[in-house]
Amino acid sequence: MTTDRFEIVQSSSASRISIFIAFFIIIILFFAPWWAGRADIRLLSEIFLYLSLASLWNLLAGYCGLVSVGQQAFVGFGGYLLFALTIFAGFNPLLAIPISGIFGALISLPIAFLIFRLRGAYFAIGTWVVAEVFRLSFAQIQSLGGGSGSSLPVAIVRSIASSKAMRESLIYWMILGLTVLILVSVYLILRSRRGIALIAIRDNELASESLGINITRSKLFVYIITSGLTTILGALIFLQKLRISPDAAFNVNDWTAFVIFIVVIGGIGTIEGPIIGVLVFFLLRETLADLGTIYLIMLGCVAIAVMIKAPKGVWGFVSSTFKIELFPLSRKLKNK
Amino acid sequence: MHKKILETKNLNAFYGDFQALFEVSIDLFEGEIISIIGANGAGKSTFMKAVTGLLAKVENDINLKGKSIKNLRADEIAKKGIAMVPEGRKLFPSLSVEENLLIGGQINRIGPWNLTSIYKLFPDLYEKKNMPSNLLSGGQQQMAAIGRALMSNPEIILFDEISLGLAPIIIKKIYQNLPDVIKDGMSAIVVEQDISKAIEISNRVYCLQEGKIALSGNSNKLTREEISKAYFGM
Amino acid sequence: MDWINSIIQGILVGGLYALFAAGLSLIFGVMRLVNIAHGDLIILSAFLGLTVSTSLNLHPFASLIVVLPIMGVFGYVLQRGILNKTLGNDILPPLLVTFGLSVIIQNGLMELYTADPQKMNAGNIEVASLSLPGGLNIGWFPLLMFIISIIIIGILQFIFYKTSLGRAFRATSDDQEIAQLMGLSKNHIYGLAMAISMIVVAIAGIFLGIRTSFDPSAGPSRLIFGFEAVIIGGLGNLWGTLIGGIILGVSQNIGAKINPGWQLLAGHIAFLVVLAFRPKGLFHRMDG
Repeated sequence: MTTDRFEIVQSSSASRISIFIAFFIIIILFFAPWWAGRADIRLLSEIFLYLSLASLWNLLAGYCGLVSVGQQAFVGFGGYLLFALTIFAGFNPLLAIPISGIFGALISLPIAFLIFRLRGAYFAIGTWVVAEVFRLSFAQIQSLGGGSGSSLPVAIVRSIASSKAMRESLIYWMILGLTVLILVSVYLILRSRRGIALIAIRDNELASESLGINITRSKLFVYIITSGLTTILGALIFLQKLRISPDAAFNVNDWTAFVIFIVVIGGIGTIEGPIIGVLVFFLLRETLADLGTIYLIMLGCVAIAVMIKAPKGVWGFVSSTFKIELFPLSRKLKNK
Repeated sequence: MHKKILETKNLNAFYGDFQALFEVSIDLFEGEIISIIGANGAGKSTFMKAVTGLLAKVENDINLKGKSIKNLRADEIAKKGIAMVPEGRKLFPSLSVEENLLIGGQINRIGPWNLTSIYKLFPDLYEKKNMPSNLLSGGQQQMAAIGRALMSNPEIILFDEISLGLAPIIIKKIYQNLPDVIKDGMSAIVVEQDISKAIEISNRVYCLQEGKIALSGNSNKLTREEISKAYFGM
Repeated sequence: MDWINSIIQGILVGGLYALFAAGLSLIFGVMRLVNIAHGDLIILSAFLGLTVSTSLNLHPFASLIVVLPIMGVFGYVLQRGILNKTLGNDILPPLLVTFGLSVIIQNGLMELYTADPQKMNAGNIEVASLSLPGGLNIGWFPLLMFIISIIIIGILQFIFYKTSLGRAFRATSDDQEIAQLMGLSKNHIYGLAMAISMIVVAIAGIFLGIRTSFDPSAGPSRLIFGFEAVIIGGLGNLWGTLIGGIILGVSQNIGAKINPGWQLLAGHIAFLVVLAFRPKGLFHRMDG
């Protein structure tokens, strides 16, 4: 039988090497509180947060076709939950963070019930409306500062750890850990049977439906998980900022526009894309951010140019030119 | 001697990476009717799409009156006088019957066909002219699609599987009308799965098999046996 | 009486919302494109009107003579130059490109005009009102805005259903491949559709600029109002969109009457309620 001559192989030498390198990098990053200054730790935290947000958005949009411009709803929700759980329910901030994720996942259910009735770009605007509802609603809650917001009480801040250095390190480690968890989860989801189903759906919805794949259930599953994880990210973001307000919490630019640019420029629909994108984004920011609005205009122009000329982004270009995959997803036939 | 009005020379056609036509050379002379027959998937509709400019990737030549149309857009080719009655009729559902005809005529070439003459040819259409086109019966839709193609007063008219999905008695009626349609020097290509209809109506016939020309010749000279062999690739 | 006044104001502003929605709806109908920058283009028109009327010393309405053709041509060029290249089977490129456009327009306006709120001055008509029995007062300007909205929607319906251009729009929307076989250039048709949409956007922008103060970041809210009016009214039906706009306006005003902070929220809730119980909208004629 000719099938004996072939086997199905998923990883390649490029991906095996990169796993070693990634491991090495994670260890180095873990020790950052010892070799990096405070400003650098903050920058690293920001990079990881954006990488996480981007990977999750990419999972939703690039793989499920659910383009959301309203993820800021969950970011802000996580932030406000952190404040509410610690201030009113007396939870330790470190515990409040995963709990907020559960709430985020729960609230995503009724939201999905409403907005899954919309398709394509109308779905996108629907997510924006939901974020606006969140923003306007939280602005009404006087006990959390209303429209001008509030700061995290000192006592709660101190309960994380006794020294400022330790607090910052702890938060940094949580962010690093969560980022690794998210990247690994995204990879595992896509590698699983459900993941193959998602990729099939992305490529041809009608065909995969006829194969018996329940599209709505798969998309809902991913939506719930990304909402929960985004909520946790929001809680971490505002634990770091120590201050929250409706405009900061539910800011479209910070939590959606930048995330979208990262994914688009890096390469949508690939796991490696957000990594490349976040590096490009921060490189541009460190060099150009003084230009303020001009910087944003340039980002917009770059995003448009990439979408029209190189819709697969930087990584897509590299990947198809050099035929490499760092996070092996495709299965290849290999001669035994 | 009639002039060649349309020719393809060694035409290769692709859907993405998949090659659907291999070195297809077909000639059409002024005033003649040729038919292209073949089984499902043989490449007949692909050929029509290539000629009308709807196919993105083609190699080698397609010439209209000696000039290449290979790189022209579909709307540019339509303006040069090639009209198609598409497979499956494909009337515009948001438009009424009359609006479908009018949009066929928006190319505005000079000729005998206009609303009045189309309604004379197909009186059924006049009765239903304000109805949404998708409410017509199969046969009436076919008449409307033919009328829509005629309204542009084309020099070449392409019929893509007009008998598909229609009852035999309707098919007979439509083919009876066809000579009235293709008059005044029009040339036509008829793509058909129904071999006898194709042979009856045309001067010459080409048979496609898996994207290649398996047989060509005068319709009244080819034998049933020769055609079957070419059709099925034996 | 106050309540009735609120409701009437809501109905009248509904006309403006319907104008926001009409341009959006048209483009979706013809080419299945949702322009995320739509609201920002309305604000762009308002700023354009402001500049034209102050530098040429014109009444804001008169500035339309300049703004209208500029926006129309801009729409045609934008569509043929950039947006046509994004159309295809994938929904991501048009969405992301128009999103990028939205960011560019907002920040560009910020650079040119700063973040300060602006407003156009239309003179007496802004305060003149019509006295009705029962102590009701209807402002002439809101009434004019409403009437013009109805007229424009009527004109758009006329174009769509009674002209050869409208026929071309509907045919291209039905089957863009076969429409090409009829000699219709897809690129040109889409360009014309965007040009018309931008003309409606220009009118909406000028009205907005007179009615209320605006700033570079005001775009997204307008997009959302237009979008909500479309969804409430139902896709593919311009008159339905008018009703949608009215429902939105009335909900907002009732909400504001109960508590000023609830104005926007009330509108969003009305939208979500319709989405929950009548997801296709009240008068839908087309599927998304």
